[in-house]
Amino acid sequence: MLNAAALSEKNSKLASMADVERWRREFPFLDGDNPAAYLDNGASTQKPRAVIERMRQFAGHEYANVHRGIHELSERSTAVYEGSRERARKFFNAATAESIVFTRGTTEAVNLVAFAWGGQNVKSGDTILLTEMEHHSNMVPWQQLAARTGATIKYVPVLENGAGLDLDAARTLLAERPRIFAFTHISNTMAVENPVKDLCLLARENGVTTLIDAAQSAAHIPVDVQEIGCDFLACSAHKMCGPTGIGVLYGRHEILAQMPPWQFGGEMVDRVEFTGAKFRPPPARFEAGTPAIIESAGLHAALDFVDSVGLESIAAHSSALAEYAAEKLRALPGVRVFGPSGERAHLVTFAVEGVHAHDLAFFCNDRRVAIRAGHHCAQPLMRKLGAPASARASFHFYNTPAESDRLVDAIAEAIRFFNP
Amino acid sequence: MNTDELYQEILLQHSRRPRNHGPLENPTHRADGHNALCGDELSVELRIVDDQLEAVRFQASACAICTASGSLMTGAVTGLKTHEATALAGDFRKLASTGEVAPAIESLTALRALGAVHRFPQRVKCATLAWETFSAAIREGAVAQG
Repeated sequence: MLNAAALSEKNSKLASMADVERWRREFPFLDGDNPAAYLDNGASTQKPRAVIERMRQFAGHEYANVHRGIHELSERSTAVYEGSRERARKFFNAATAESIVFTRGTTEAVNLVAFAWGGQNVKSGDTILLTEMEHHSNMVPWQQLAARTGATIKYVPVLENGAGLDLDAARTLLAERPRIFAFTHISNTMAVENPVKDLCLLARENGVTTLIDAAQSAAHIPVDVQEIGCDFLACSAHKMCGPTGIGVLYGRHEILAQMPPWQFGGEMVDRVEFTGAKFRPPPARFEAGTPAIIESAGLHAALDFVDSVGLESIAAHSSALAEYAAEKLRALPGVRVFGPSGERAHLVTFAVEGVHAHDLAFFCNDRRVAIRAGHHCAQPLMRKLGAPASARASFHFYNTPAESDRLVDAIAEAIRFFNP
Repeated sequence: MNTDELYQEILLQHSRRPRNHGPLENPTHRADGHNALCGDELSVELRIVDDQLEAVRFQASACAICTASGSLMTGAVTGLKTHEATALAGDFRKLASTGEVAPAIESLTALRALGAVHRFPQRVKCATLAWETFSAAIREGAVAQG
């Protein structure tokens, strides 16, 4: 079997160690002699200096509220905030900046669509189509919408062991013309990249609105909303090397323009009387109150940084590491790796017979390897696969084959410890 | 190392071969518990006769600490009056969260090994889940007898 050094020689998907070392130097988290192996990027990514510095500079010297002051600082702050929107438009190749709504993150973006679009478009007897591999945040808002409206939820099933979506079932279910098909781009548990372009085309042919949960794909692989052809797409900056507290909802402008607001207050109003108010057009209509201004500057810097690394390199390197880890983990006694057997996205979810995931994660932590344990916010799927708890290692461009080896060694040691 | 401090041999023995693990025939009380953080799932079944815990069994799909704690708990409470067991549950909660050893558990050596969890805040719930579920079974888990 390959070792880390041989892998770097052989695997063309893996970035050169010189590149990885250069990238790693950008992260204060990795300063020092013996940094922890951070393999929990699926939960959140580390922050590069460029992001931290940009937010510090902006908060310290350029800050004011946006869209209200006549003074110069407010004007500059507004320019930064709207500049971040334009940067996000470019990053996702949206047609117009007005298609980019800033939210608190993926969860709020999905909730926005479920409330504002769902309240207007989903009626009793309608169907909402999801998949079994959705994160709770792309499941629970729809369940609540269904409960409010009397709509029904259906799920596209996953194949055995979570190896992918059952695309034949998806075709049949889309032909039944659900009101919306909300599905993940990359599964946060199964490491599956769904064929989003094909699925959106199929949905469009059936007159079905689409929402893509891009929490795991944004800044991991190239995401082009026009090429994908989705109606909505949601993601979180904190999983893109950016700050917490801000995320993006992309919506096709024609659809956003038809949607009512879902939260009310300052920023989003055009004219207010004692008897009522008129609302501004999108995206302002969906951004009530003072937004995450400092975080928007951080997001802008994160997108610049990610682009400077290169999305193709990020995708190839992190997926090569996950495949390498999966292969080595499979060779250990009693280890079950979920998801596809060959190519996989940047993560690997696994369970060990006789050793609970919480013990595995504790054991890894003791050896300075950070992984996730539990249900990964995908309880129904993990129950269906017979593993209510599992462990997950998720990689990024600043991870190395040696860090993957540290994970596998720790797991091997844990197996000997708990199953002697 | 943390691993050895937490996973003492006596606890590993109980997690590998938990006592009183599996369903109980004719339970009078039962309850389910889970830890949303890590996916531990556990159920406790009791047979209470004349306010005395005649039999206590549990079933867990859980980490080593949670399973060992369930095993030790069944041993510690079987035969006790319910109010004695409830008091012991309180003592155990204190042990797990602070390390403080109450008089009632001074002689329960194996149980005391679980006191190490108080130094690992994320593992406290692993140790207390079985006891919390047990207390819930006594408090509100009466099974309708048919």
